[in-house]
Amino acid sequence: MKEQIKIQKTPFILLGFFIALWMIGLAVGEPTRVLEQAKSICLACIGIG
Amino acid sequence: MQTIRKWVQTVWIFLINGYWAFPFTRNLYQGPLKVICSPGLNCYSCPASTTYCPLGSLQQLLGGIRYSLQTGHFYVGTFVVGWMGILGATFGRFICGWACPFGLFQELLHKIPSKKYSVPKVLRWGKYLFLLVFVIILPLVVVDQFGLGAPWFCKYVCPAGSLEAGIPMVLLMPDLRSTLGMLYINKMTILIGFTIWSVLATRPFCRTTCPLGAFYALFNRFSLIQLQLDKDACTNCKACHKVCPVEIRFNETPGSSECINCMRCASDACSFDAIHIAIAGHRLGGVKEKSTVVPS
Repeated sequence: MKEQIKIQKTPFILLGFFIALWMIGLAVGEPTRVLEQAKSICLACIGIG
Repeated sequence: MQTIRKWVQTVWIFLINGYWAFPFTRNLYQGPLKVICSPGLNCYSCPASTTYCPLGSLQQLLGGIRYSLQTGHFYVGTFVVGWMGILGATFGRFICGWACPFGLFQELLHKIPSKKYSVPKVLRWGKYLFLLVFVIILPLVVVDQFGLGAPWFCKYVCPAGSLEAGIPMVLLMPDLRSTLGMLYINKMTILIGFTIWSVLATRPFCRTTCPLGAFYALFNRFSLIQLQLDKDACTNCKACHKVCPVEIRFNETPGSSECINCMRCASDACSFDAIHIAIAGHRLGGVKEKSTVVPS
């Protein structure tokens, strides 16, 4: 007798899709832009500009 | 379990706000860690913040999409949405219940003794509207003469930004005080409103307004790690209804997008071991594992 555990596939499909998106962002150099934004003071967040 | 959760929430606050030199530098952390996505709502203009806010970054990228494309860059938000999606597809709203600083802030406020009220169910749709309209559509569509959109949610709504950046940055940088106006008053009024509401109801911001919670909510039913109901073990005693802070009936709607996976139902209510964590449908710990036996 052999036990067969039912594994959900949807989370892995979703993960694969978002990892692909993340890697596309990495390939086009988006982290540099994100870092630039995150390093500067966001006046809108503070409630000024 | 709830004590462990409080500790995990506290550890997360310090992990994503680990820059404690700011009282001396009087500025934000500007190191390379800021390329890492904060899982919960945490303003990247908080002086202690060591990560970026996915909502703030996404709005900034969408607002500057025309300029990016014109200058030959493809900064369309895939890196940020990718991060958010990886987190959402893995944890769903466990992030809301276990790793969000603004969620913990509301929970602590709710401990203040007062008469408690429920949140009208219809208001839960508000967070999806804020995600669609304030985070995506308005920054994309409403642009200035240079073709740049504004981060509408950060600018006009976000009480986490007001609390974590608005107050400390104004205290740290006296020069900013002369620039305060109606926008600041509007944001502070919203923060005060949610502060009072949090005393009276559990997590009102998460349930009615948070666009990040709305994004993670889309994954709650499909995430890799999720809270599941063992229908065979459930006796329909409804004990889980009474303890749920976000007023869902877990045994009737397991995988509800409103569930923040705080696990109070599993640890404080269910006596029949009917609610458990599952990873890809596989019960964590292997107890009462449901399996199909097939001949070899």
